[in-house]
Amino acid sequence: MAEHEGLPIEPRLRLLGISKAYPSVVASDKVDLTVMPGEIHAVLGENGAGKSTLMKIIYGVTRPDRGQILWEGRQVEIASPLAARRLGIGMVFQHFSLFETLTVAENICLALDGNEPPAALAPRIRSVSAAYGLPVDPDRLVYSMSVGERQRVEIVRCLLQSPRLLIMDEPTSVLTPQAVLTLFESLRRLAAEGCSILYISHKLDEIRALCDRATVLRSGRVTGTANPREESERSLAEMMIGRELPECRLGPCKAGAPRLTLDGLSLATADPFGTKLHDLRLQVRAGEIVGIAGISGNGQQELLRALSGEIRTGAKGTLQLMGQDVGHLDAAARRKLGLGFVPEERLGRGAVPDLSLADNALLTGYGAGMVARGLIRFNRVRDFAREVIARFQVRCSGERAVAGSLSGGNLQKFIVGRETLLQPQVLVVAQPTWGVDIGASMLIRQALIDLRDQGVAVLVLSEELDELFMISDRLVVLAGGRLSPAVPTQNTTIDQIGIWMSGNFAPLAPADSTALAPA
Amino acid sequence: MSLDWLIPFVASTAAAATPLIFASLGELVAEKSGVLNLGVEGMMLVGAVTGFAVTLATGHVALGLFAAMAAAMGSSLIFAFLVLTLQTNQVATGLALTLFGVGLSAFAGRGLVGQTIEPLGHIAIPGLSSLPFFGPLLFQFDPMVYLAIAAVLAVGWVLARTRLGLVVRAVGESPHSAHAIGYPVIGLRYAAVLFGGGLAGLAGAYLCLALTPMWVEGMTAGRGWIAVAQVVFATWKPRGILLGAYLFGGVTVLQFHGQGMGLDIPSEFLSMLPYLATIIVLVLISRNPRTILLNKPMSLGQSFRADA
Amino acid sequence: MSRLEARPEPSRVMMLASPLIAALAMLLTGSILFLLLGQDPVHAFFVYFIKPLGTAYGVGELLLKATPLILCGVGLALAFRANVQNIGADGQLTMGAIGGASVALAFPDVQAGWLLPLMLLAGMVAGMAWAAIPALLRTRFHTNEILVSLMLVYVAYLFLSYLVHGPLRDPDGFNFPQSKMFQEAALLPLLHDGLRTNAGFVLALLAVAGAWFFCRRSFAGFRMQVSGMAPAAAAYAGYSEPRNVWLAFLASGALAGLAGVGEVAGPIGQLQPSVSPGYGFTAIIVAYVGRLHPVGVLLASLLMSLLYIGGESVQMEMQLPTAITGVFQGLLLFYLLAADLFIRYRFKPRRPAGAPVAPASGNSPAAGAAAS
Repeated sequence: MAEHEGLPIEPRLRLLGISKAYPSVVASDKVDLTVMPGEIHAVLGENGAGKSTLMKIIYGVTRPDRGQILWEGRQVEIASPLAARRLGIGMVFQHFSLFETLTVAENICLALDGNEPPAALAPRIRSVSAAYGLPVDPDRLVYSMSVGERQRVEIVRCLLQSPRLLIMDEPTSVLTPQAVLTLFESLRRLAAEGCSILYISHKLDEIRALCDRATVLRSGRVTGTANPREESERSLAEMMIGRELPECRLGPCKAGAPRLTLDGLSLATADPFGTKLHDLRLQVRAGEIVGIAGISGNGQQELLRALSGEIRTGAKGTLQLMGQDVGHLDAAARRKLGLGFVPEERLGRGAVPDLSLADNALLTGYGAGMVARGLIRFNRVRDFAREVIARFQVRCSGERAVAGSLSGGNLQKFIVGRETLLQPQVLVVAQPTWGVDIGASMLIRQALIDLRDQGVAVLVLSEELDELFMISDRLVVLAGGRLSPAVPTQNTTIDQIGIWMSGNFAPLAPADSTALAPA
Repeated sequence: MSLDWLIPFVASTAAAATPLIFASLGELVAEKSGVLNLGVEGMMLVGAVTGFAVTLATGHVALGLFAAMAAAMGSSLIFAFLVLTLQTNQVATGLALTLFGVGLSAFAGRGLVGQTIEPLGHIAIPGLSSLPFFGPLLFQFDPMVYLAIAAVLAVGWVLARTRLGLVVRAVGESPHSAHAIGYPVIGLRYAAVLFGGGLAGLAGAYLCLALTPMWVEGMTAGRGWIAVAQVVFATWKPRGILLGAYLFGGVTVLQFHGQGMGLDIPSEFLSMLPYLATIIVLVLISRNPRTILLNKPMSLGQSFRADA
Repeated sequence: MSRLEARPEPSRVMMLASPLIAALAMLLTGSILFLLLGQDPVHAFFVYFIKPLGTAYGVGELLLKATPLILCGVGLALAFRANVQNIGADGQLTMGAIGGASVALAFPDVQAGWLLPLMLLAGMVAGMAWAAIPALLRTRFHTNEILVSLMLVYVAYLFLSYLVHGPLRDPDGFNFPQSKMFQEAALLPLLHDGLRTNAGFVLALLAVAGAWFFCRRSFAGFRMQVSGMAPAAAAYAGYSEPRNVWLAFLASGALAGLAGVGEVAGPIGQLQPSVSPGYGFTAIIVAYVGRLHPVGVLLASLLMSLLYIGGESVQMEMQLPTAITGVFQGLLLFYLLAADLFIRYRFKPRRPAGAPVAPASGNSPAAGAAAS
């Protein structure tokens, strides 16, 4: 316990020996955590370390198998989110819990425990959101809001209940670098008023910029606590994954002829929640990796569908693959021309969860000799699946293992491996390492680089700017359905990309030395 | 052309529309909470046979109506248990409920065929029913006709204006979010399904206690399915159900008034009209995916499992 | 259900066992039902399930009744695997009967061998055409196929009623609503003297074999399966959803139509106001109980057929209502759906307090959305 003017201060929250196990994995193993009042406390760990489970326990969504929770010195049982809120705990989820077809006020009304109708809440919403620098309009329908705006609604919703502990689960994956700075301001203001903040993240630079203390998790266990500002990134990484954060080596770019060309591609969407694409222009050449930066909700889904062939685009000449006009071709035809695609969603899209890995190899591999005269050639399928598993170090019980039984990292390795070994001419990859542990992430990134060295044109969409800076030869930004100009990676900075992410494609400004530099 | 046929036509239409309104309204509430219950046809039959049997035994139509609601609610409870607690597939379970209801009602009703009861009488609304022309036209129906209209207005008001309605809508949109906030998703869905069951039972009972006072195996003849379709083309809004039911009621009674109106088509083809009309209206509504996307409860038909 | 937890993988054992468990549960409930009806359950069971199979004739009836169930069931299993909910099989069956009967009635004096195959073909085409309507409306207009195919069942019933009361009524039939009896050449040949089982059963077995081959070995079957299990994955892989929907509807419509013409060219021998006691709906139960697998459908059809025959048997011997069959069939499906729960979930194993639990490695299998 800290000392302040001679009086010991009770921690706001203490977790003692918290353990939680699921049928096939231990999510938390004797975790201890201490958060002081007014402290911004980081919970640091890579994907799969057990951060979200811990937060669910604190917020009452899940019960721990063993261990104690002490709130302001008293032992408590947090049986439900309602109980957590009564204690004064608020949570902003990574995947928001908002109702799309209702207004902001109706959403907040639902989350509050009083009986005020939405109309009465509106003035309070306006004042609180303005006070913390997170403006929202109470009468807007949520589905019309961007992801960043929705996060503000989530935060304001928590703030209206005067929380004493605010949990933020990976909040910055949906924000531009500039918006991240604004958020940090709001959080500092909150902490200064005495609210404790639990900040869950795997981003070392953010934690060092914002947090007072950090508890590091690895595989469900606490590997250390530290003051992030006194630690180097290396020592934090050591605690997080046991070694230095690995990096990929990107050799010089030997780009060849353009293989994928977008020339004025526009797309209207039937989906009322979607984003229109306007006049996209981009070239991806053989032997280069082009990275598309941008936070979700700016047209990524629509662009990916237009590229893969799930949506046909009308106008001739706006989309070319290997020199051919393909806007009118379906996904199967484009695969035949040499397009490979790794989608954002693993289970349910990239792979069928209830089918074996062998069957999932056949899913997109049918053009590579696995089907003859309409019949499946099981031997070829099995051999191909085994090759993918071996070359990409997929940990599983064999090609007959069901896809749903693999961990996120292993399944992603399988899917990337499958698309890679099908020898595409152009590979489009969406969120290659989302939710994937560090070991698999590095293997996947290296695989993409190797592919590029073999002369394949690679297009990567990612929300992780660090990743894009690590593996891309050139960068573009997708914002509001429009593409920025493409710029060689070494000629730009995270700050510049951040400005473009807000939709302002002004010509390159000199790098700002106070901004967050690429890792 | 004389208008002699108009009053009986409107009366028959109102009577034909009433069971559709009840059944559809009940299903709408269930679907608003995210549960697709395809067992409406079966629940209506269970309600019908129970209502008829109890009315026959006790001589009181009111008792029959209550018994019908209770029986149908009981059958909907089986459905609710399977899909909400045991997480079974909603489409298959709804079909199972229909098949079971058809079989059970045929089994239970085998001794009732040919029996007669005193049907639900018409009431004359004091004052209004003595208006010239409009009096007999609009204000001399049986009480259930008025009750149906009142029910539509009540349900519409609750869903749009009350906190309960807001919560039900939220549960239907995103049960995970509602659960994360702390609402009892499963409990609310149970209540919604049971409500739907009760109204379906009422609808079925009305068929054999007022519309055609007798019991015949399978006498709903697909009305339960039309009720499910109606929820879609009302785009999940209660007022739309009122309109749709009266439209369908009118189309249905055409087969009886066809001759009187001077139509010379074989009766079987007139009988086909409600079914064909259902198909046509469904196509018109579904044609534009946006309409459905904006109005259909997002979690409709999906199982919800809270994290352990 | 806090005592249940998700299995890491679906249990193969339970996939095979759950239909058996469901059947057992149905039998148990059945004995309670018999008790309530004042009958000795053991005796009732004997009369219901065992006695009908005691004679060759009984077995023949079993196979005869199973034939349309197998045909419809195989078709529906194919469709349901592709997530195409064809609920209108009974309507397609009815139209198939009408199609085949029309051919027979158009050539009343023909005795040649081409008549029967033509009738069968006409029945299949009629079933396919009727199934094409919901297929078109789903692929072109995004209309829910459950409601459309179901509405068309009632339309088909009414159309049949119109025909047997009017244009196709036997002029020498004393005004009864039925068509002329078909001539010998328009009837399916019987398989064995004294039994009513006809060549339709052979066709049903061929359908089972064909469907098995299609599902297991053909890429088209694989595409349909993926389309049903994960539509987003099918779209990603480039499989055409409209093509799968059409294939599913046309195949199940053709098989239902074949079942229909098999009825009128078989035990019924003419066109009557009703040609099916709801085979198209019972086939839905058959498809699910058979786990959407052709061989499972075959076995489930035999069980369902036994339920029908048994119902007639107890009606004759013990004056119990035939409607009991419908109750049993509904119960069977309920129990199957409930038993299927245990394919994906199991009871939480008791963990002794304080026992060490293996820690997670970086690559251990995820548990849904648990670890992050």
